[in-house]
Amino acid sequence: MTESVNELLDKMTRDCQSWFADNGIDNPQIIGIHTGGAWVAEALRKRLGIESPAGTLNITFYRDDYSRIGLHPQVSPSDIPFDIEGQHLLLVDDVLYTGRTIRAALNEIFDYGRPASVTLAVMIERDGRELPVAAQIIGTRLELENNQQVKITGPDPLEYNIETREASV
Amino acid sequence: MTITQHQAGPLPAKLQLREDGSLRHFLSIEGLPRQTLIDILDTAESFVSVHAQSVKKVPLLRGKTVVNLFFEPSTRTRTTFELAAKRLSADVLNLNIATSATTKGESLLDTLRNIEAMFCDMFIVRHADSGAAHFIARHVAPHIAVLNAGDGQHAHPTQGMLDVFTIRKHKGDFTRLKVAIVGDILHSRVARSQIHALNILNTNEVRVIAPKTLLPADVEKLGVHVYHDMNEGLKDVDVVIMLRLQRERMQNALLPSEHEFFQFYGLTNERLKLAREDAIVMHPGPANRGVEIASDVADGPQSVILEQVSNGIAVRMAIMSMVMGAQQ
Amino acid sequence: MSILIQNGRVIDPANGVDEVTNLYIEDDRIVAVGDTPIDFEADETIDASGQWVIPGLVDLGARLREPGQEHKGTIASETRAAASAGITSIACLPNTDPAIDSPAAVDFVCQQAEDAGYAEVHVIGAMTQGLEGKALSDMAALKKMGCVGVSQQLTPGNDLQVLRNAMDYAASQGLTVYFHPEAYSLAEGGCAHEGAIATRMGLKSIPEAAETAALGVLIALVEQTGAHTHFCRLSTARGANMVRRARMDGLPVSADIAAHQAFLTEMDISDFNALCHVRPPLRTDRDMQALRDGLADGSIEVLCSDHQPHEADAKLAPFPATEPGISGLETLLPLALRLHEDDILSLEQAISLVTSKPARILGIDTGTLGKGKLANICILDPDHSWHFDSATMLSAGKNSPFDGWPFKGKVIRTMLAGETVYEA
Repeated sequence: MTESVNELLDKMTRDCQSWFADNGIDNPQIIGIHTGGAWVAEALRKRLGIESPAGTLNITFYRDDYSRIGLHPQVSPSDIPFDIEGQHLLLVDDVLYTGRTIRAALNEIFDYGRPASVTLAVMIERDGRELPVAAQIIGTRLELENNQQVKITGPDPLEYNIETREASV
Repeated sequence: MTITQHQAGPLPAKLQLREDGSLRHFLSIEGLPRQTLIDILDTAESFVSVHAQSVKKVPLLRGKTVVNLFFEPSTRTRTTFELAAKRLSADVLNLNIATSATTKGESLLDTLRNIEAMFCDMFIVRHADSGAAHFIARHVAPHIAVLNAGDGQHAHPTQGMLDVFTIRKHKGDFTRLKVAIVGDILHSRVARSQIHALNILNTNEVRVIAPKTLLPADVEKLGVHVYHDMNEGLKDVDVVIMLRLQRERMQNALLPSEHEFFQFYGLTNERLKLAREDAIVMHPGPANRGVEIASDVADGPQSVILEQVSNGIAVRMAIMSMVMGAQQ
Repeated sequence: MSILIQNGRVIDPANGVDEVTNLYIEDDRIVAVGDTPIDFEADETIDASGQWVIPGLVDLGARLREPGQEHKGTIASETRAAASAGITSIACLPNTDPAIDSPAAVDFVCQQAEDAGYAEVHVIGAMTQGLEGKALSDMAALKKMGCVGVSQQLTPGNDLQVLRNAMDYAASQGLTVYFHPEAYSLAEGGCAHEGAIATRMGLKSIPEAAETAALGVLIALVEQTGAHTHFCRLSTARGANMVRRARMDGLPVSADIAAHQAFLTEMDISDFNALCHVRPPLRTDRDMQALRDGLADGSIEVLCSDHQPHEADAKLAPFPATEPGISGLETLLPLALRLHEDDILSLEQAISLVTSKPARILGIDTGTLGKGKLANICILDPDHSWHFDSATMLSAGKNSPFDGWPFKGKVIRTMLAGETVYEA
């Protein structure tokens, strides 16, 4: 049932290429969301043959749960090595679940400038959306229980596993 | 051993930290765990890169109101706090109490209550009395975070943090470093905060260099080596921190003259050569050129004084976001 | 009115008495201790089985705040608190507003105390006019009005000539002089002991030398003038030593410490606890031990309350902006007994520190349970364990750092001149 990551990435690459062609997008720039999304973005960048480096987004400062969980020291800061203004973007993440991460990422991107468009590509989509967010490019869809979680490891080898949290006693 | 049995009020560290170890107020570096200091430095690191980007603001404190409660006048410190708050998207209120209510005799507590009634989230306090920030933190409504911007001669913890942040940026590992702090230690809240930070971070050696009249009693107990001879004290140090000498010190018969001070305790290029070749020169500002530091040293290649200022904004952003997060 | 106090353990250091026996009172006087006097018929019998009967306490130094500082306390409120704490005689200090430098002021204080009727108040008057240290006060007139001594804190001027003259004059009038040994310019603006703690906290500090330099000057003047001199509220080991040596040299000097100095040190202010802001400041553990040694070897003869009641606002500010002082009447006896509980002093020593010895220095005929003396008596339950609660203090000032401290021994009844002024 579970496809290999390589198969998923190949599928995503094909879908991206069709999407760009159908929508008249040349020279998109890729932005991956830290940490797993950045790994997937890098893998896609290579497969799509895009030469310029992918940007990485650390959305910690834009999270909506800051007042509840506070701030934790950073892994690494956001790094967007190109101009956002008027640029077509491919925003990449590993898992799309509630949609809050994407909301934060969009807010942060728009603080940099006004892109021409943003296409969302995710390796795994699971249901449980809490906001009206949808991905245009999807590696695979998974139906999971509430106590199940997707764990991504990488960057090399890039793998995913489904973990079940133990029910609390 | 004292047989005191009564429970003293919460010790400085306990007042500052919540049960889970997160920062609730930021009053003094003394008593904070090493990991907390490192978290502040790491968080500040990410805010430094915020400056570098075209987006200079992050939305962390959007909708929050930060009040600058300055009972002692200060343009520089207040401005950096204001900038830090605004870059976190907070609304800022500046109250120079020195010129208003308390001169009319309103008690500090009354002033606090009046401002609390305006529904603010954070007080940044500068006051001439040591212990003022602790007092305010003890009496303020529970949802309000208090940051100490300098209380009497006790502490200036954000300055201490930005100073060790600057050192870390240039020198990395504290355990290898010799740091010298020169000048009026007696009256310096900055020096006390620096000493606590350096010791908590396991600095190899912290030295203070000053004539005896400018050193507080039992200063060695803070964890420093004392030097009265600057030429001895500067040998092989990696960091030289110069402190400002205020004019009043001569008036209160603590020092003979500025001339004598500069001659024996001023940082000139000659003296700087006694330190390591790659030593950095720091000063919390504002510098008295020709009194504690020669102009050409202040402007020279080893000086990181200006960088301290910009680091100050990132460090304050870090501390402010750490105390505002996870407010119950 | 005849009263019999029966079967209590009577402890009277002045007369070397410590036994379970009876005390007989006729009107305002003790008429006998021990065997029933002939023709004695008790109108009232107090059963003191299992209790201690000691002289009413004599507090050598308290501020009663009247005239001029009534927002902090009044003679009525404070003597009432004193009575509840077993204290029957209080020597009050002259630094009120205005200072007690005239017979009229002395009369006012005595009258207030009499009207309230809770405790004897003996006035220590001002040595100089307005306590300014410049012109001598009418000391002979003050004495005539009932002052037990005259006092001075060293002033900015510290004019030694004036001090010398004041001491000579007081001596010639038979007045004991009471000095607070603190050199003004060394202590000015300070609020903590000069040492590691004050350094850490950035507090303006008061060095040991503030006390020892003042003692040096004053002891030299005692040598010169021969005036009977009492040093109030010592705080340093060195200071205690200087007094010890002066006494060994035969000089007519005595000294006291505030009760809190035997139990608290500079460590107690390390969280900016304003309740421990006192003057002279709390010093090191070494100093505290030396002060205790002084109590034990008799070079420091008296433990006093150094009572300074304050309104709440005086302590509700950042540490350096608070007013110094502890509301100490209600912990004087508990702390004295603690010195015995903690094996620092014998019971007789501990009780004498707050009864016979201060009475002798003040020159008042109390602090003892001898035949013919005024029936100023304190009856206490030595086994009652309790915790001090500043919220229930009777003093107008609740500024005590001893909140929550466990004590053993509680006052059950206090009698002033045979009349019960407090009953638990």
